[in-house]
Amino acid sequence: MKTTAAEPQPVIRLESLDKIYQTGAVAIHAVREVSLTVAAGEFVAVMGPSGSGKSTLMNLIGCLDRPSGGHYWLDGEEVGALSPSALSQVRNQQLGFVFQGFNLLSRTSALENVELPLLYSAHGHGRRELRRRSQAALERVGLTDRAAHPPSQLSGGQQQRVAIARALVNEPALLLADEPTGNLDTRTSIEIMAIFQKLNRKGMTILMVTHEPGIARYSRREILMRDGRVVSDQPVRERLEAVQELGRWQGVAMEEQA
Amino acid sequence: MKFSATWMIALRALRRNPMRTGLTMLGIIIGVGAVIAMVAIGTGAKAEVAASIEQMGQNMVMIISRAARSGRVHMGSDSGVALTRQDYDAIRQEISGLVGATPEVRVNAQVAYGNQNVNTTIYGVSEDYPAVRAWQFAQGEHFTQMEIRGAAKVAVVGQSVATNLFGGGNPVGQVVRIQSAPYVVVGVLRAKGGNRMGRDQDDLVLVPWTSAQVRLTGRTTFRVISVQAESAERIPDVVEQILALLRQRHNIREDQEDDVKIFNMQDMLEMATSTAQTMTILLGAIAGVSLLVGGIGIMNIMLVSVTERTREIGLRMAVGARAADILLQFLVEAVVLSVCGGVIGIGLGYGMARVVSEKFGWSTLVSLDSVLAAFLFSAIIGIFFGFYPARKAARLDPIEALRYE
Ligand SMILES: Nc1ncnc2c1ncn2[C@@H]1O[C@H](COP(=O)(O)OP(=O)(O)O)[C@@H](O)[C@H]1O
Ligand SMILES: [Mg+2]
Repeated sequence: MKTTAAEPQPVIRLESLDKIYQTGAVAIHAVREVSLTVAAGEFVAVMGPSGSGKSTLMNLIGCLDRPSGGHYWLDGEEVGALSPSALSQVRNQQLGFVFQGFNLLSRTSALENVELPLLYSAHGHGRRELRRRSQAALERVGLTDRAAHPPSQLSGGQQQRVAIARALVNEPALLLADEPTGNLDTRTSIEIMAIFQKLNRKGMTILMVTHEPGIARYSRREILMRDGRVVSDQPVRERLEAVQELGRWQGVAMEEQA
Repeated sequence: MKFSATWMIALRALRRNPMRTGLTMLGIIIGVGAVIAMVAIGTGAKAEVAASIEQMGQNMVMIISRAARSGRVHMGSDSGVALTRQDYDAIRQEISGLVGATPEVRVNAQVAYGNQNVNTTIYGVSEDYPAVRAWQFAQGEHFTQMEIRGAAKVAVVGQSVATNLFGGGNPVGQVVRIQSAPYVVVGVLRAKGGNRMGRDQDDLVLVPWTSAQVRLTGRTTFRVISVQAESAERIPDVVEQILALLRQRHNIREDQEDDVKIFNMQDMLEMATSTAQTMTILLGAIAGVSLLVGGIGIMNIMLVSVTERTREIGLRMAVGARAADILLQFLVEAVVLSVCGGVIGIGLGYGMARVVSEKFGWSTLVSLDSVLAAFLFSAIIGIFFGFYPARKAARLDPIEALRYE
């Protein structure tokens, strides 16, 4: 069973991680000597201007890309040594991804979209088990009533919830989100933050990239990047509670109506 | 990952784009359909030719006079000598290995019964005719040697003539008139049906060859004498004996050609079946090309599909698909396309063969072999043409793929 903050082992440990893109004659140093530790149960926001290397760092942590140098331990295991197919299983079992563009399969119901990672699990599941798990994941993001709808019949916020449910379906210890609210309006963004905060309270470790300071305030720890380096790393002050913020929105809306 | 999951993934992917799936299959459907139908037509032709030749008497050898067209007896050697009654007797007596022999004196005439009359072909034959032609009787029996010797006015009617003249009644014992002379019907042949050229083989009347010569043609020579060898193995020997006998009887010199032509059913069978075989291969090959084009269609669509679904592939990899899973998924998609197309094509080909049978009266035969071969071949086409696109998909880099626009 995956775990909680009580465990001493950090979920992520990076040691002078480097990523250099070689495009023709020019080498772009996208991530420079990043050393970072994220403990279980943290909720971290990675901030920084465009091109500062946030996405590159997320891809490295998400085992989608390999570093050019340095070390990375995920749950205590050195990832650099793993084969491509072992990395696939790591992505499948230990990580959950949420993308800015949702990346849902078109013409495929929300439920089947959520099932996707289960289909690639080393230990197969029966059809009924697939259904049960994906339904449970949709429940966690509050979208059971939309299970049969394809993405084209869902709003942006609902699509992102489906994407989150898909990230959760294999019950990973770590949730990675690259600008999860980038395509959403403010209110819907806060709804997504409400889901993240709820998951985090139940012990899920979350690492989220955002360039909106307002969104970063829903996390607990804020990391700032510039030119591939981590330039500041501190706890969030004046933290916001998404549920309260939503209540306030509701209030404003009602006042306007009145 | 479980294999059943691969199937589920592939089927879902195909279901997401039913129009494209259908159109891609269409190439294979038409290709397989064409192969099945063409091979069915070729195989049917071969079977029918074989059957109709077999019906004539498998080991039959026909001796046809080169001079007989004019009906005159040539004593000179330039155009040969017609077959005479003495030739016929000599063949009966001197050739070994025969089941029977019969001349075929042919004449078209009107046959009447009561106020019914039909135009048909009268054959003057010997008592061996049923044995030579491998023909059985439906009613009554054949005329005897005695009746032949006496040029008796007796007749055996074919099934069509029996039906046309007597309706459902029993012709045996009835008297029919052939060119106004009365003949007693002694037997009715079993039906043979139409042959490939559409000629009704049951439209005939048999009479003793003596009667035919004396009463109908007025000639004393034969154009055709048919014999039936004891077995297929004896045919070459029988043919050799006949040629030698006739050369000697007709005084043909060493440097001259035979004055008869010999048709041997075994040779004809071989020739006809090999012609049909060639036709089958040719038709099948042409149809095979369309199947190949169908396969290229699958490859084409799969390549487009891989490009179009690049982000989807990236996403699958991001959530845990290994390169091997992606490869397998696309391969299974291609195989499902081609095999489903193949199965539908088999049905279509069967349908086309049926339509051809009914519309043109050609017999067709959809063999189990051709069905199995078509099925297997379409699966192989799926694997072969699906492999390249599948490998292309599997080699994609997950982040590159996710970033693809
Ligand atoms: N695949 C790539 N090839 C070459 N350069 C890249 C690639 N991906 C990102 N970069 C470069 O790396 C730097 C960091 O990019 P990125 O991590 O996407 O930044 P962010 O997400 O913070 O906007 C940028 O200068 C970008 O141009
Ligand atoms: Mg980015």
